[in-house]
Amino acid sequence: MIRTAMVGLGKMGLSHLAIVRAHPDIDLVAGCDATAYLTDILNKHAGLKCYGDFDRMLESEQLDAIVVATPSKLHAPMVRKALDRGLHVFCEKPFVLDVADGEELVELARAKSLVTQVGYHYRFVGAFKEAARIVKSGALGTIHHVRAEAYGPVVLRPKGATWRSAKNEGGGALYDYACHAIDLVNFIVATPSAVDGVVRNSVFSRDVDDEIYGTLRFADGASGQLCVNWSDESFRKMSTKISVWGANGRLTADRQECQLFLREPHAALPGVGTGWTVRYTTDLSDQVWFYLRGEEYSAQIDYFAASVKAGRIDGVNSFASALDADRVVAMMLAEAGGPLVPAKTAARPGLLSRIFG
Amino acid sequence: MKPSTAPLAAHAMDRVLFGDNQFFGVNHMSEEKARSQSMRFQELGAIIDVLDAAYEEGIRTFMCTSHDRVSDICDHFRAHPEKYPDYRFYPCMPYAHKYANAVTEHGMIDALRMFLPQEGAIAAMLKGGVALANKDIEAIMQMLIDAEMKMFHGLNTPVVFMQNVITDLLLGLRMDECFRIFHDHVRARYGAEPGYITMNVPRLLDSLDALGIVNPIVCANINKIGFRMCGGIPAYEDAIARRRFRPIAMSVLASGAISPREAIAYVCGQPQIESIVFGASGRANIRQTNALIRELSATPHSGS
Repeated sequence: MIRTAMVGLGKMGLSHLAIVRAHPDIDLVAGCDATAYLTDILNKHAGLKCYGDFDRMLESEQLDAIVVATPSKLHAPMVRKALDRGLHVFCEKPFVLDVADGEELVELARAKSLVTQVGYHYRFVGAFKEAARIVKSGALGTIHHVRAEAYGPVVLRPKGATWRSAKNEGGGALYDYACHAIDLVNFIVATPSAVDGVVRNSVFSRDVDDEIYGTLRFADGASGQLCVNWSDESFRKMSTKISVWGANGRLTADRQECQLFLREPHAALPGVGTGWTVRYTTDLSDQVWFYLRGEEYSAQIDYFAASVKAGRIDGVNSFASALDADRVVAMMLAEAGGPLVPAKTAARPGLLSRIFG
Repeated sequence: MKPSTAPLAAHAMDRVLFGDNQFFGVNHMSEEKARSQSMRFQELGAIIDVLDAAYEEGIRTFMCTSHDRVSDICDHFRAHPEKYPDYRFYPCMPYAHKYANAVTEHGMIDALRMFLPQEGAIAAMLKGGVALANKDIEAIMQMLIDAEMKMFHGLNTPVVFMQNVITDLLLGLRMDECFRIFHDHVRARYGAEPGYITMNVPRLLDSLDALGIVNPIVCANINKIGFRMCGGIPAYEDAIARRRFRPIAMSVLASGAISPREAIAYVCGQPQIESIVFGASGRANIRQTNALIRELSATPHSGS
């Protein structure tokens, strides 16, 4: 059994906690969160040993691994402490806010031969895996353009009280949404070498971006576009889509399906003919041992556990891989420059009146 | 003391139940299809037309989430009791995205506060945040259930479900006692049978057994390709054949991945499955699926 602790028991943290606790190879020995309210409930009603202080937990528990799901600005210091103690680390995305921190942590983990993984769960979604497989096969021919989009209904009015709306804490749509889309580009096509034309706007938020657009440049001359907006109520939940154009066709993938159009059949994809081929999540998803919200959340934890057991230090979503996404984020921030364009949108009725009114 | 787990006069569920995913832009195959459905069903009238078509085909149970828009559907049924004298709602709570989005925006505690009632009998207690402050999870859960049930007042709700995202979250967290709280409150306050939706049937049954919840109604994906059946097809078939619970099959067609006849024959081949829930957007589909279920239920195939 992998003796594991969790730090950060917020929204993603609770989801991870449920999955980790259900895993047959993981012994979740303790949880840690600064919110005493939550830890009291988990202690009392879930029988989970809880700490309010991360250092004390590290000192008190004999651990093999840790899952870090704290607000983004805390990732680097906590991961460093965990690695110093020789723990394998699963960290929520984005990995770090400062690329220099990330480089140091990649090195530290490598020196200690520790397993590292970041929660870019889209890499465990069947349709995106299929998209990566097709693009890597070369069947699309020379890739000349990619578009990555992420939309969803997170910030819909000028208010916000959590760290996600706080500047310098890894809040905003860039860190929360865009980094997923960027990581998908890295996964399915390649890591952009430069960015330009970056637009970073607030729609409702006071301090952080709600929409991000930009042009991606690749070393081989291909281009890309990133379109991200977390203030779009027309979406029921986060929706992420990637489209790739090559000389021999295109593909579009989202969580549900992978649509491929080939101009000519290609030896790398035997049995796939000219025109449209569509594969769906029902066909592309691998069975998981426990399901909550999506196969990918369970699959990534299972993969982490398997990595720890096998000593696999260069697996999917390693720190080094996730740092590539942080580098693109850093390029976008540098390119956007200047202060965030402030919200111009008028206030809308509050949540309470919409629910109860 | 906890109320007894002895069965109420067991509610007989219909063989065919009507689901609501198609009305609210939920489609496991295609976001495009989901969007076109949510456009089509933007007007209440379009939803009611489909529910009427199902009713005319003899489907009188609507299994639906506590999505904000369901309250409009409820208003319609309350306004026309003569038209639907035997109609039943099976509420499934909560529509989780409204909570998830609120938590992202406001944080966990403030979001929770928002969904708890602001007025009425509990107001005084809540004003001081007593239940919240004491982490009285039973009182909090009861208030959340009551808040979700409000839109169904005056309607016949003989079974009330916990949605799978909550069931499976609690299951993973090992907060099993919440299943008991839900069970007791749904029975005591609403005189209804509690039901649990899950993607993890064998594991959930273990938990419910341990709590002494006897013969629970459990709704889960049951389909020939094993889509979202955690534990695998053999474990599901075994549980259905041997364990004491009342299964409702959903995602029988696996969002269209299996041909209808083959899909329904698979479920009808397991006689312990009491009910099948499906959603459809048009009369022809409703009629075809309903007829297939009735045909294949009458002459069950041998189990696998």
